[in-house]
Amino acid sequence: MLDILLPILIFAALGLAAIGVVRRVRLWRQGRPSPVPLVKGLASVPRRYLVDLHHVVARDKVMSNTHVATAGGFVAAAVLMVLVHGLGLAEGVLGWGLLAASATMFVGSCFVARRRRNPPSRLSKGPWMRLPKSLMAFSLSVFAITLPAVGLLPDNFFEGSVSWVLALALSAVLVWGLGEMVFGMAWGGPMKHAFAGALHLAFHRRAERFSTRGGEGKRSTGLKALNLDDQDATLGVEKPSDFTWNQLLGFDACVQCGRCEAMCPAFAAGQPLNPKKLIQDMVVGMAGGSDANYAGSPYPGQPVGEHQGSPQGPIVAREGKALVDAETLWSCTTCRACVEECPMMIEHVDAIVDMRRFLTLEHGNTPNKGAEVLDNLIATDNPGGFAPDARMHWAADLELPLMADRGEAEVLLWLGDGAYDMRNQRTLRSLVKVLRAADVDFAVLGNEERDSGDVARRLGDEATFQSLAKRNIATLSKYRFQRIVTCDPHSFHVLGNEYGELGGPGMPAQYEVSHHSTYIAELFDAGRLHVKPWKGGGVTFHDPCYLGRYNGEYEAPRSVLKALGIELKEMERSGFRSRCCGGGGGAPITDIPGERRIPDMRMGDVGETGAELVAVGCPQCTAMLEGVVDATAEVRDIAELVASALTEAPEAFAGAAQQSSNRPQAVEVA
Amino acid sequence: MRPEARVDASLEITVLVSVGRHPVTGRARRADQDARAVELARGVADASVRLLHAGGKEADSEPALRGYLGMGFDALTLVEQPEGADALPALADALNEAPPQLVITGERAEQGEGSGLLPYLLAERLGWPVVSGLAAVESVENGVATLLQALPRGQRRRLKVRLPAIVTVDGAAPAPRQSAYGPARRGHLAAVPGSVTVDEAWASWETQPARKRPKRLKIVKAASARDRFKAAAAKAEGGGGQVLTDVTVEEGAEAILKLLKEEGVLR
Repeated sequence: MLDILLPILIFAALGLAAIGVVRRVRLWRQGRPSPVPLVKGLASVPRRYLVDLHHVVARDKVMSNTHVATAGGFVAAAVLMVLVHGLGLAEGVLGWGLLAASATMFVGSCFVARRRRNPPSRLSKGPWMRLPKSLMAFSLSVFAITLPAVGLLPDNFFEGSVSWVLALALSAVLVWGLGEMVFGMAWGGPMKHAFAGALHLAFHRRAERFSTRGGEGKRSTGLKALNLDDQDATLGVEKPSDFTWNQLLGFDACVQCGRCEAMCPAFAAGQPLNPKKLIQDMVVGMAGGSDANYAGSPYPGQPVGEHQGSPQGPIVAREGKALVDAETLWSCTTCRACVEECPMMIEHVDAIVDMRRFLTLEHGNTPNKGAEVLDNLIATDNPGGFAPDARMHWAADLELPLMADRGEAEVLLWLGDGAYDMRNQRTLRSLVKVLRAADVDFAVLGNEERDSGDVARRLGDEATFQSLAKRNIATLSKYRFQRIVTCDPHSFHVLGNEYGELGGPGMPAQYEVSHHSTYIAELFDAGRLHVKPWKGGGVTFHDPCYLGRYNGEYEAPRSVLKALGIELKEMERSGFRSRCCGGGGGAPITDIPGERRIPDMRMGDVGETGAELVAVGCPQCTAMLEGVVDATAEVRDIAELVASALTEAPEAFAGAAQQSSNRPQAVEVA
Repeated sequence: MRPEARVDASLEITVLVSVGRHPVTGRARRADQDARAVELARGVADASVRLLHAGGKEADSEPALRGYLGMGFDALTLVEQPEGADALPALADALNEAPPQLVITGERAEQGEGSGLLPYLLAERLGWPVVSGLAAVESVENGVATLLQALPRGQRRRLKVRLPAIVTVDGAAPAPRQSAYGPARRGHLAAVPGSVTVDEAWASWETQPARKRPKRLKIVKAASARDRFKAAAAKAEGGGGQVLTDVTVEEGAEAILKLLKEEGVLR
């Protein structure tokens, strides 16, 4: 009897799944077009899955092995099941292979079940709680029906009256398993992540993120430019169908593991943002409906079930509620912790900035100080509204060489808007002292410099960003330099990763940009800096998001601190898991209230190490961390630490140094 | 995102807008006071709002004017004027052609003459009442508007005025909403021909950058916290004022001359 029933069941499930696939694909195709290499993309799935995705999953060894067993077992079992039971090719090794595959899958599902016994709060519940049972149902029933096929049970075992009931019961379990694993995969069950995830890997919007046989994948963190040439186009994303189709596909790939939620600084601070919920809301919007069925942690302070959306409906309503509240989008610090953690390679930050672009460029609704800052950027080229010709006042006594006078220099020192900030001016003065001590040939743009456009872009004002960027590119194209050095990781990121797209003909905007920690590390390596041994207390280092996660520079600041003789007391969340200071993405400007402040939490992390001093490498981080009341640690920029440790070159070097330098000696730091 | 066309609007408002000048960089921008005037107009229920500008369409004034469109308008009426023309007759003609019930303006322009006289001259020419320094338009019923006028130290005065009327806004009026780039770019600058009157007096004037004017220092002699607070909240006022009544012209002039010498204005 099973001989007849099994093929029917299997092919019925596959047929229904095919219908579901078509339906799902049509949901994605509502999005804007985005050309992808079809065959090449599909061919790259195995590598992207086995190498890049597993690189992220493997950060949790137990889960990684569980997934290898379960998913690997399932894929093998499903293919073999179709061959063995669907087409009746039970001969020889195929049946044994199916037995092995389903057994492996069963072992994996036991681990899934164990994890679901006391699931951490970041995991979604609801349908996900039944998944281990469904996995077991599938693997066990496939195992059982295969036993006669390989001869472990007599061929006619499932015949006769008692066995007949057994066969029926087994079929029922198999129907459950097939329902979840095949039908549910295409119709939006928990297993959707496998089907959508595979295609998401194939047609990812940032293909350069993935490794190829030639080498490692590149960090792809720069936001994509918005086309401003089309006068009539709606700018940014107003409704779910305004995303590109492969972004929608990416949302569908979410496996609701909540690793993003666990890392999100805004979520931890009780601001109304949860990256996982945001992605699920986009899925709700894509398919139409309400978020009532969402079974994970809500946005802090916002009950589930009050929001709904549709593919053609607005995501954020001007008044009242739609799919997502504006505060949710403005809570993000763009720290990329969620993207870094996401095993499905979903690009949360891109989506958030796309939606912010609409709010700013079309609604004109940037909250709190946002509008004022953007107006200042338009009128004065800096967010504070200061006079552009006051940019160099901090360096009135330093006689900094200007590019306008020199025309060329080895290093162009990009000051950033910190030039107007009295705290950051101390950092800048230290950096100048260090560069002069190492006898570096550098020059500054002075009053010709403008804001890099980072804040404007992350507040969604792409028009102001592109205007600033293009004028900066035009200024930079006038001068010759080998590299740009800056103490502002935000300028570093924007100049290095986001200007390239905006260069024009005859005006390429590809620069070699270094963070000052990288450059100082090189100066140490070249033996151009001489320092006294460190005498202070314990020190920890706070990785700036735009230096670390955005640009992968974790080593240089640490090697500088090591060269100073400092032994770091690392925080639990450091390196690629560093927690944001709360200063990125315009978050201090939009200032969405939460239960705690992000910098307070970060200072708490610092406190746990017992360090008396936290070294930073970013004006935003400095401002945010120094703003913490009753902090247990002092905040010092790396440049300040190096400058205060500088000493004369030992005898052996003295002659060489004297010959090469007729510049002003190192200047005292205030 | 565009405002729905209000065809059945009972009240027609025209806001006179000008090209502003940023106080720090001097770049053309949406003038702060005029933007407040637009915001005030948008806050009036059931009103259809029209934007009117008389002036040139120079390269840098266009983005500034589009700044007003970015507050949610499809079009701005532009009465084109060459440089050196007097905007007053052109505006008066445009308002006469299609008279609105309420005209709202800023207190003074951020560049050009910036005398603040335009609303008054316009009211004189049209024969309409003028009310200055509004904080709010409370209601409009049966051709009578209830207005809230801002006075120093946060005081308010409620006025009723028969329409049509010209009103100017005070800094206490609601802050203007953000100008959005998309609508600003898509909006239409509808140029209409208008009468051109050359301002002959203006042509003969010499202009030079303004110097900072000396400010009278506040000398606070307060014994108690209450006095200090009152002094802090007060506007700077000259203390030793003197009211002369029943004096001849010569005596009056001499008194003024004496005061100017004492204050060091005349030497």
